[in-house]
Amino acid sequence: MSVQSEAPALAGGGMVRPVGTITDIATVARRSVRSLLREPEAMAPALIIPTFFFLVNIGALESFVERSPGIDYRAFQIPVAIIFAVTGISRASVLVIDIQTGYLDRMLVTPVRRTTLLLGMMVADVVLAVALSLVVIAMGFVAGVRFGTGLLGILLFLGLAVAWSLAFTGFPYTVALRTGNPAAVNSSFLIFFPFAFLTPAYLPRELMTGWMQTVAAWNPVTYLLEGMRSLLSAGWDAAALGKGAAAIGGLGVVTFVMAFRSLARRVATG
Amino acid sequence: MPRNARSGDRNSAIETRGLVRTFGENRAVDGVDLGVNAGEIYGFLGPNGAGKSTTVRMLCTLLKPTAGQATVAGYDVVDSPGEVRIRIGVALQEAALDERQTGREILDLQARLYGLSAFDRAASIARAVDLADIGSAMEDRVKTYSGGMRRRLDLAASLIHGPEVLFLDEPTTGLDPVSRAQVWDEVRRLNGELGVTVFLTTQYLEEADALADRVAIIDGGRIVEEGSPAELKRAVGADVIVVDLPSEAIAPAAAVAETVPDVDAVTQGRRGITIATADGAATVGSVAVALAGAGLHPQSLTVRTPSLDDVFLLATGYRMSTVDPTAAGGGPAAGGSDPHAGPAGAPASEGSSPR
Repeated sequence: MSVQSEAPALAGGGMVRPVGTITDIATVARRSVRSLLREPEAMAPALIIPTFFFLVNIGALESFVERSPGIDYRAFQIPVAIIFAVTGISRASVLVIDIQTGYLDRMLVTPVRRTTLLLGMMVADVVLAVALSLVVIAMGFVAGVRFGTGLLGILLFLGLAVAWSLAFTGFPYTVALRTGNPAAVNSSFLIFFPFAFLTPAYLPRELMTGWMQTVAAWNPVTYLLEGMRSLLSAGWDAAALGKGAAAIGGLGVVTFVMAFRSLARRVATG
Repeated sequence: MPRNARSGDRNSAIETRGLVRTFGENRAVDGVDLGVNAGEIYGFLGPNGAGKSTTVRMLCTLLKPTAGQATVAGYDVVDSPGEVRIRIGVALQEAALDERQTGREILDLQARLYGLSAFDRAASIARAVDLADIGSAMEDRVKTYSGGMRRRLDLAASLIHGPEVLFLDEPTTGLDPVSRAQVWDEVRRLNGELGVTVFLTTQYLEEADALADRVAIIDGGRIVEEGSPAELKRAVGADVIVVDLPSEAIAPAAAVAETVPDVDAVTQGRRGITIATADGAATVGSVAVALAGAGLHPQSLTVRTPSLDDVFLLATGYRMSTVDPTAAGGGPAAGGSDPHAGPAGAPASEGSSPR
């Protein structure tokens, strides 16, 4: 039997009312996006690193790799740049501060839905991932990269990048919620390196050899890169896109289960 | 009765039965029974580590009791935490605020978290802005605020939704005297004008004395005394005689004092003895004579009215011994006049021998 609660009246004559999940997400996201906009400097490393690697990789390898027929190395490198830009960005460092200062407790004594505390922060992560991706795509255009799949391809490319970014955020949030330690959250960036480099980031998979090729075959980023590259050069390749989406989905399921379990543990009252 | 139904007694703001919380082997709260009436200011007094904050965290739905029951605003904290949450306001220790937001943004966020409509939000924020009374700083980021400003904003934020019960966990710890006085005034006003029930934890005896209608003293996770400050102090005796003595004379002096007529209780401290009596002025002479007769020479003899620290001493066998920076002369919280309070942070080991 459900019981309608007698919500306490406010001095202003109003009533505190239960609100929906979307409203709770919007409330938490509003704060997260606002604090994001107040630290534009936080975007700098996320842009400097991919730009640096893009320029260096092209400078070092473009003429060498383009000896193989059919490779536009600048287009080949743009997905790498975008993955470097958006992987590991999250509001996990803010979440750690909230845990340490007790602000998380302040939110937990309100009726806000617990899961929306994380989902709201992820909205800000998506906003940042979109902004970073657009900058990198613009950099690609300046470098002469064109999308063989047109505007829809660009949107899908952006969508894959942002979805990947979101799927990866589960790692830093898990570390933040499990440890409550800022140093641990900063270190969680390290997990990015095997994901990013044990892949066909520099050379197509068929040119890779030995154990690297084997490891790359098991790395979800390989399929993400190949799916994104297909949008630039190969035209519509459903198989490549499907594998890329599956890689994102697979990782996302793992990291989100970890993150939301960690949240449940953190807010558990037991 | 449905699990999330409000319990019958609307006059009871907080009720606990055998509340227990353990952390491993440690019983932080060990069978606490409380009954706080709607509309009263209830002081929860105890030294650091006594179990105050753990109790508050259970009552605020942040922590599940290991055993026992608790209802707040008529709802069970375990079965109906959502119903409890919309009815309580909470200002936890060390004003928890997001430093990167402005005061107004924090109030707005708080109002939204409680699901206030746009109309109610505007009215509530306007009221909270008045309450916080920090002027144009409301538009500045919290990182620029002083400790007192943070506390007032924290308090205003915890009241944004018009709670029935307000939990204040050590609301004035670390505040300067002026800010502390402002918080006290505000607590009195909230209680007096709006009828908000206030559950106030504090380690400052004078704070409990000044604000609370009733006080529970908690030590080692257990309630050791409960009553109005006046009742509790009366139970110690009408007066207290404080006798300063060299350490080797303390035990013999206590034995002598216990033989003096009209002495109700004698407690030994590190720097002397404290004597509870119905009439200090009449008894002090007899005490002085008895001590002199036994060859004991006090460094000083003082008559004063009992403090809550005397209540605490009688109940627990030691003094709270908290240095209160706002007490007169920067002395101990127990009225600043008590020469037997120990140093900050470490309870003075005292023995009590009520007769």
